[in-house]
Amino acid sequence: MTTFLGMPAVGGGPAIRHARVPGSIPGALGNVFESEHFPDYAERELGNAQLRRNLGHATSTIRAKRANVVAELPDWEELRSAGAAIKQTVMANLPELLEQFAEAFEAAGGHVHWARDADEANRIVEELIEAHAPVLDTGRREVVKIKSMATQEIGLNEYLEPRGIDAFETDLAELIVQLGDDKPSHILVPAIHKNRTEIRDIFLEQMPDVDPGLTDDPPKLAEAARRHLRNKFLTTKVAVSGANFGIASTGTLGVVESEGNGRMCLTLPETLITVMGIEKLLPAPEDLEVFLQLLPRSSTGERMNPYTSFWTGVTPGDGPQNVHVVLLDNGRSRALADEYGRSALHCIRCSACMNVCPVYERTGGHAYGSTYPGPIGAILSPLLTGVEAEENDSLPYASSLCGACYSACPVKIDIPSILVHLRGEDHLAKEEAAAEAGPAQRVRRLASAEGQLDAGLKAASWAMADGRRIALAERALPLASLLGARSGRIRRMPGVVGAWTSSRDVPRLPAQSFRTWWGKNRGAAPSSGHDRSAAAKEGDR
Amino acid sequence: MASAREEIMGRLHEALGREDGVTTRPGIVPGTGRPVDIAAPVPRDYRRTGALDHESVIAQLVDRLVDYRANVVEAQPAEVPGVVAEKLAGAASVVAPLGLDGGVLSALDEPVLSALDPAVHITVEDETTALTVDELDRTSAVITSSRVSCAQTGTIFLDGADDCGRRAISLVPDHHVCLVPESSIVEIVPEAWARIDPTRTVTMISGPSATSDIELERVEGVHGPRTLDVVIVRGV
Repeated sequence: MTTFLGMPAVGGGPAIRHARVPGSIPGALGNVFESEHFPDYAERELGNAQLRRNLGHATSTIRAKRANVVAELPDWEELRSAGAAIKQTVMANLPELLEQFAEAFEAAGGHVHWARDADEANRIVEELIEAHAPVLDTGRREVVKIKSMATQEIGLNEYLEPRGIDAFETDLAELIVQLGDDKPSHILVPAIHKNRTEIRDIFLEQMPDVDPGLTDDPPKLAEAARRHLRNKFLTTKVAVSGANFGIASTGTLGVVESEGNGRMCLTLPETLITVMGIEKLLPAPEDLEVFLQLLPRSSTGERMNPYTSFWTGVTPGDGPQNVHVVLLDNGRSRALADEYGRSALHCIRCSACMNVCPVYERTGGHAYGSTYPGPIGAILSPLLTGVEAEENDSLPYASSLCGACYSACPVKIDIPSILVHLRGEDHLAKEEAAAEAGPAQRVRRLASAEGQLDAGLKAASWAMADGRRIALAERALPLASLLGARSGRIRRMPGVVGAWTSSRDVPRLPAQSFRTWWGKNRGAAPSSGHDRSAAAKEGDR
Repeated sequence: MASAREEIMGRLHEALGREDGVTTRPGIVPGTGRPVDIAAPVPRDYRRTGALDHESVIAQLVDRLVDYRANVVEAQPAEVPGVVAEKLAGAASVVAPLGLDGGVLSALDEPVLSALDPAVHITVEDETTALTVDELDRTSAVITSSRVSCAQTGTIFLDGADDCGRRAISLVPDHHVCLVPESSIVEIVPEAWARIDPTRTVTMISGPSATSDIELERVEGVHGPRTLDVVIVRGV
């Protein structure tokens, strides 16, 4: 595995095509934006010691589980390659596969709706609920929900609430988040930032009929959730779900879960509404033999999750007889149009990348703002919205580019390379904006961190392009090494690098460069190109 | 005004650079600058058949089910009614699908439920006797057969056929007794999935209902049946 770090190819490598996204394709709406810049949010979260303990415990547990079950499969790498190739095929044929899926789903008695963005999807779901869920004595309508990233993304619950509809989350972690009036911080385990005691306290405060003697024993907490939701499952007429997979050739939908809350929602209500991102399709049933192995092992670190359900439109006498699917674009076509970042749409929402990410492990998911946190969120959110949107320009920098996410990804999304690509996009967007702006803004840009970095990099590029120039620059070293001479550390640097030294010391610069040292001790010059003359001269001295 | 469907299709065609059906924007392989080869076939050199002998496959299934905290017993055909009666001993009421004794289980000498305590209230569902959700909620246990089982992952597949029943019956009662005919056990996921028709209602069950939502520790017993008894029926 290699990780592209944005270094230009040496010696006539392939030219990197730069294909901008057509401006006519609109970006996403909904919960896919940073509310503030990542570094600011992250800095605050880093001060929360309980959060860091909870996250460290949870991510290290799941990393070990995943590693064990992945090591069990001798053909894991072949499965990853097949998964990546299937998803690539899906993206290349997305229009045709969508038509095929819609036709098959309708032929099986289901209804297909198309939503350009979050607003349109919310409106469609609202209208369906109003048509099929009765108004209760409370004057409100109710629906039960299966944990779904798509409905989080479009902000469905918040949309429905002021419109007289209560959406009850039935996944235990989503329930914890909903009762605690909190936000999910992880794709798979939305309440990963809460420990058992914090969860017990939320239940005691928010569940009307809870046993006041409830302990923080996990089985007791699970039991409390079962009792709390049981009657809702048995009486609610409409359920809303997402989908992990849609099979284009058969019109089949699939949901992968653990607790049985999914089965309850998919089976007992009269009406089922599924909101599915258009990228979730697979061409044919046989493709599932790959993803049914990749997904559970990558997400919960189990050989298989407890329950997986598939349904195809309506099955007479079995489950909901009024079945709908909302096919959601909301920026996916925009991400598809980014030829470099397109493969972010391969994501199967397993969350393996966040569990291995050193940045996520310390900041937690809230710092990423969007519904999609962690490494995948750092590329997916700006791809869905455009990197120039609101605060999402800080997300591509929320990574050390260590590459652990790429190694863990079951469909081999090269997240580090796409992060570097998006940093380039961000840079270009800012340059373009500055070029269009007036002189005052151009000066501001020059003085900004990016402007200083630009100037610094331009100067470095000029100096490093020629051995004589670099030798000249190195002559300043003995002088520069006086900085921090007393302590051996440089504690404060000016300008843009000041941000670096605000929390770190820089070691004192050496009194001579390596090339000078080599000249003195080995006497011979380094042996390539026009460096020779400069180094030889130094050696002569 | 274009419909949402037309507009989304238009965006997708533009994103892929479709010109007369040909994709001119195939995507770029990150980190390389090379175009994606969208005509390349999917490499399927992962394992599609298992390597274990038949007895080892059964042993593996038992091991994985036990790992998920399911209870597993093996029974010879003549022992099945007795074993089932034992498993359902404490139940006040039991629901079963119409075709429980059909399929491969028709080879049994006695019906599956023939040894049950006469005090147990049995509902065998057909179109006219389907229980309401409330009735199911008051039913203590369910017994079904199954379509295929995957040893490697400890997964039992139900497909809504006459011997598996509709999905609600194997979900709402708190105790599920599931018969697994020996001939339906395979080793790995591709072998199991190949025996499934995905256009039926498919439920894959790997142990009793569980959650890992509290500190990522697996806890058995949330909304689905909290007790899963698996009876592996030898010789059929």
